[in-house]
Amino acid sequence: MSASAPAVQVDGLVMRYADKVAVDELSLVVDRQTITAVLGPNGAGKTTTLETCEGYRKPQRGTVRVLGLDPVRDRADLLPRIGVMLQGGGAWSGVRAMEMLRHVARLHAEPLDTDLLAERLGLGDCGKTPYRRLSGGQQQRLGLAMAVVGRPEIVFVDEPTAGMDPAARRTTWALLQELRDAGVTVVLTTHYMDEAEQLADQIHIIDHGRLIASGSPLELTRGGTAATIRLVVTRPFPPGSPDLLQRSLGDPTEVTQLDERSLLVTGPADGSTLAKVSRWCEDNDVLPESLTLGQRNLEDVFLQLTGRELAP
Amino acid sequence: MSLEFSPRPGAAPLRRQVLAQAAMESRLMLRNGEQLLLAVVIPVIVLVGAVEGAHRVGKSLDHPAVDVFTPGVLALAVMSTAFTSLAIATGFERRYGVIKWLGSSPLPRSGLLAGKVGALLLVEVLQVSVISVVALALGWDPNAGLLGAALGVVLGTAAFASLGLFLAGVLRAEATLAAANLVYLLLMAGGAVVLPASAYGAFGEVVRWLPSGALGDVMRDALIDGRTTWLDLAVLLAWAALGTILTARTFTWE
Repeated sequence: MSASAPAVQVDGLVMRYADKVAVDELSLVVDRQTITAVLGPNGAGKTTTLETCEGYRKPQRGTVRVLGLDPVRDRADLLPRIGVMLQGGGAWSGVRAMEMLRHVARLHAEPLDTDLLAERLGLGDCGKTPYRRLSGGQQQRLGLAMAVVGRPEIVFVDEPTAGMDPAARRTTWALLQELRDAGVTVVLTTHYMDEAEQLADQIHIIDHGRLIASGSPLELTRGGTAATIRLVVTRPFPPGSPDLLQRSLGDPTEVTQLDERSLLVTGPADGSTLAKVSRWCEDNDVLPESLTLGQRNLEDVFLQLTGRELAP
Repeated sequence: MSLEFSPRPGAAPLRRQVLAQAAMESRLMLRNGEQLLLAVVIPVIVLVGAVEGAHRVGKSLDHPAVDVFTPGVLALAVMSTAFTSLAIATGFERRYGVIKWLGSSPLPRSGLLAGKVGALLLVEVLQVSVISVVALALGWDPNAGLLGAALGVVLGTAAFASLGLFLAGVLRAEATLAAANLVYLLLMAGGAVVLPASAYGAFGEVVRWLPSGALGDVMRDALIDGRTTWLDLAVLLAWAALGTILTARTFTWE
């Protein structure tokens, strides 16, 4: 039934461009009335996945359902119910900001009040400015306004805050939260860890087109209880160091080498573990530059799953 | 009053969407200086220049110079808007993701096309009005072949617009800009638009089958002799069909 179907259901999606696999057997579900983040590094397949949900691309294998509808076959029924913010562009270069927003509103049956929406997104001062002369952040906020003005059930936003200043970022986050609270489902892609962690109810981490982890921010960071210790040393570690340290710390902890001069220890990384790491350094003639105790965050999760840093 | 974001989705009635799109596109077209130059200024200069030139040279024509040249200048105006302006505008719409974004809006593809046609016709009404006023001031005395002229404008628009969209769909925006202007200049000079195909000698037998030659001759036959030339109208229809097939097969949103 379409009324009870999840907001988005992707099953075994495969998308290839020429010889490159962009999306590889991806399956995920987005529950209604949540903010769901699709998190991953650039080129992970986020935009391709989103554009398949938006009906721009036909799945080469697998199925995609949005509100229980097929985005390609049932396009005409689906489009009025979704809002889309592209990663860039979407407006004529010579169109004035408010002129564009009003135009989009006219395509919908019961649009939001465009003046209030523009004011809310801080676009009040640039309403008469041609699109090409808006700043990057203003163009993005206009793109967001265009996505939500038709009062959609789901909004798909592709990297909504890329390149925004901190104030504009907070405005955008607040608006997305308010949409969710009003019953709208928000699906966003991002490569910003903090955005996913602070904003999303549910996170799907993808890399090389594959889903590598799903859960709430708390679940993914194991409730934040598992702390981390980050050890940075002055000279490169002697060979075999991670294994040696792992052995001296014992089983519940996990040692990951980040680069030639830093290690990450995850697990019950409390004061006594910290003391053990410090003693290991002394015994192995390794001079610590810094030894920091921290909460396990999404960055660490990504690192452990892929062995790479997420930040570009 | 405050913002109420709770979902209330729905498309506006199609007619309202199409009108909004047509109003928007015609506004943008008229706001653009180069396009206005192409749409109104160049045809008026061609008209005045040709009429003055004919007087200076003292070339004797079967009819007054303004009666001979005005139908062709109207054809030129249709060509500039339906082909060159549309191709350039659409090329940049693809580049800036406008067509892509509209593809996610409630406006269906057919509505987008209808909006574009509406905008073209609106601009053409404006062009025809301006050119007619200038021509009348120069002493134009048209023969009332209104059916032929109206069919010529409609089918000429269909032919040139479908070819313009084809061009915009296969080339990048800059290449579209260059090609659309080049084709316009070539057809204006050698495409039997302003001068009848018969003025080109043997070459005229070729150019009269081009959309430019066919439209020019339809307009002249209608407004000089009051005749409706069905063969030339059929030529325009064939070009429209070809352009539509090519566009439908090749056009993509990015």
